[in-house]
Amino acid sequence: MSTPEAQGPGVIHDIGYRGYTGPRLERRAITLGLFTHTLRGVYGLGRAGRSKVVPFGMVAVMMLPAIVLAAVAIVTASPETTSPPLPYTRFAMVTQGAIAIFLAVAAPQAVSLDLRFHTLPLYLSRPLERSDYVRAKLGALSAAVFLLIAVPLLVIYLGNLAAGLDPGKQTVDFLEALVGVALFALVLSSVALLIASFTGRRGFGIAAIITVLTLTYAVVSALQGFVTSGGHDKTTAGWIGLFSPMTLVDGVQVWAFGAESSTPAGPPGDAAGAVFLVVTMLVIAACYALLARRYKKVKV
Amino acid sequence: MNKVPARDVRRYVRQVPVIETRSLSKRYPGVTALDALTVDIGEGVTGLVGANGAGKSTLIKILLGLADATAGGASVLGHDIASDAAALRRRVGYMPEHDCLPGDVSATELVVHLARMSGLPLDAARERTADTLRHVGLYEERYRPIGGYSTGMKQRVKLAQALVHDPEIVFLDEPTNGLDPVGRDEMLGLVRRIYDDFGISVLVTSHLLGELERICDSVVVIDAGVLLRSSSVADFTQASAELAVEVVGDVDDAVTALATAGLTVRREGHLILVGLADDTTYDVVRDVAADQGLGLVRLERRRHHIAEVFEEGAADVHA
Repeated sequence: MSTPEAQGPGVIHDIGYRGYTGPRLERRAITLGLFTHTLRGVYGLGRAGRSKVVPFGMVAVMMLPAIVLAAVAIVTASPETTSPPLPYTRFAMVTQGAIAIFLAVAAPQAVSLDLRFHTLPLYLSRPLERSDYVRAKLGALSAAVFLLIAVPLLVIYLGNLAAGLDPGKQTVDFLEALVGVALFALVLSSVALLIASFTGRRGFGIAAIITVLTLTYAVVSALQGFVTSGGHDKTTAGWIGLFSPMTLVDGVQVWAFGAESSTPAGPPGDAAGAVFLVVTMLVIAACYALLARRYKKVKV
Repeated sequence: MNKVPARDVRRYVRQVPVIETRSLSKRYPGVTALDALTVDIGEGVTGLVGANGAGKSTLIKILLGLADATAGGASVLGHDIASDAAALRRRVGYMPEHDCLPGDVSATELVVHLARMSGLPLDAARERTADTLRHVGLYEERYRPIGGYSTGMKQRVKLAQALVHDPEIVFLDEPTNGLDPVGRDEMLGLVRRIYDDFGISVLVTSHLLGELERICDSVVVIDAGVLLRSSSVADFTQASAELAVEVVGDVDDAVTALATAGLTVRREGHLILVGLADDTTYDVVRDVAADQGLGLVRLERRRHHIAEVFEEGAADVHA
């Protein structure tokens, strides 16, 4: 038998095999490890340089308007100014193109690679359960999207404070917007991850996610525009908002926080607003259930 | 305090079979992959032999909980595969048959990550990754992306990730697949070392009997999901009642002389096969060789080849 120790360069001595008697983490800690690994991977950390281009490009695209908004708030600050240049709750809607591109790259990065390279057996032969895998991946992608939107929002918030706007109101608005950001992150991530989980081909995943996120928004806002301009039918226009992930969560913000709607019409009335919230929750739950089902059946 | 090495404790403590299956069955629509398989597998290196499609990979996947059994049950290291799968998976390692490595990360990064997925804290994961990659024979190349590796190197990475968390048993599915003869020998040597040096029991599959004969303590032969035979390699290759004799000199003369001395003799190439009646046969051969002035190069009991047994068994089942 050949002894591999004797071959390669750089080997000083063979210390023999040592067993491992140290601590072994429990399932929860392992799931957290997968969460962290995925979160880093989504931003391209610990991967090749080209994997960082799109995520950090989108971070730049998100940060730039935030810095400009903060600067504008500071420069134009005067005792009469009571509201920031852009409400916090509208930031995600304004930057949604960048968010969609980020998700289109991040979601396939999180799950499609494991499918394409058949890496799943290596995970599933370890203490992780299939549901842990799904939770870690969905959690990591949601956290990544949350950070993508929340950090620029923080910059805007600090800019507004520096501009001398009422700190109490700004803080409340900012925190409300963060709840909205969490909803955006969860809804968009679960939709994108579900799409990505059906293909090992990254290109398909990217195309499908971009299409679903941007096309639904384009169709919904076009329809809303048409309905409101023709018959000034704000009720129908409001209901149409249910049919795209972005306008859906925006509707929840309008209803829950009295935020300014980014669409031609928000949910018509309080009952409608509650419906938007319920639908939002249903979308998240349904995507999670479908993901769990997908990974229960995935062949390894 | 002098600590007893972990592997010695394991060898001493484990009396029960490492793997037990009871009427284990797996049916797919139209195909029976495993048919009421009942077998006990002890510690050491066990070969799981069968033609492609015999149910080897299916058995391993069921033992790991990656696939569900249709009927029957099994336990690994005393953990029931149905009710105690999570605990079981903490103590086993698995090297899949097919390609399962992402191309864009380095071997070190991948194995560290998978060590953590087995529950090792980060520092321990890093240390054991370095150790394990060295043990499987990966050196400088471990920092390069796996996508550029040769098949042999990929197989070593697959083996390393199965060993990195110091399991008590590893399942190796066709570890020599796609390797050239040299790579094959090196991999088989590694597999043998996993038990001899690391103290980790091994269940290794192959469709090539000759390979497993060399490195296994026992062999389980399955065909079409049915157990053909399970026994130690020593039993498989038990000594036959023939002596193989090789001499320097004229072989025909030697055959005649041995026959004259009252032995049953036949010739097989340059070998002379002598019927072994009892221990005196050895003396007779020695004396004849001395009388004839023949140089006696070899005098040994002939062993059965494991493949012969397998072929007989397979013939029985199909009959």
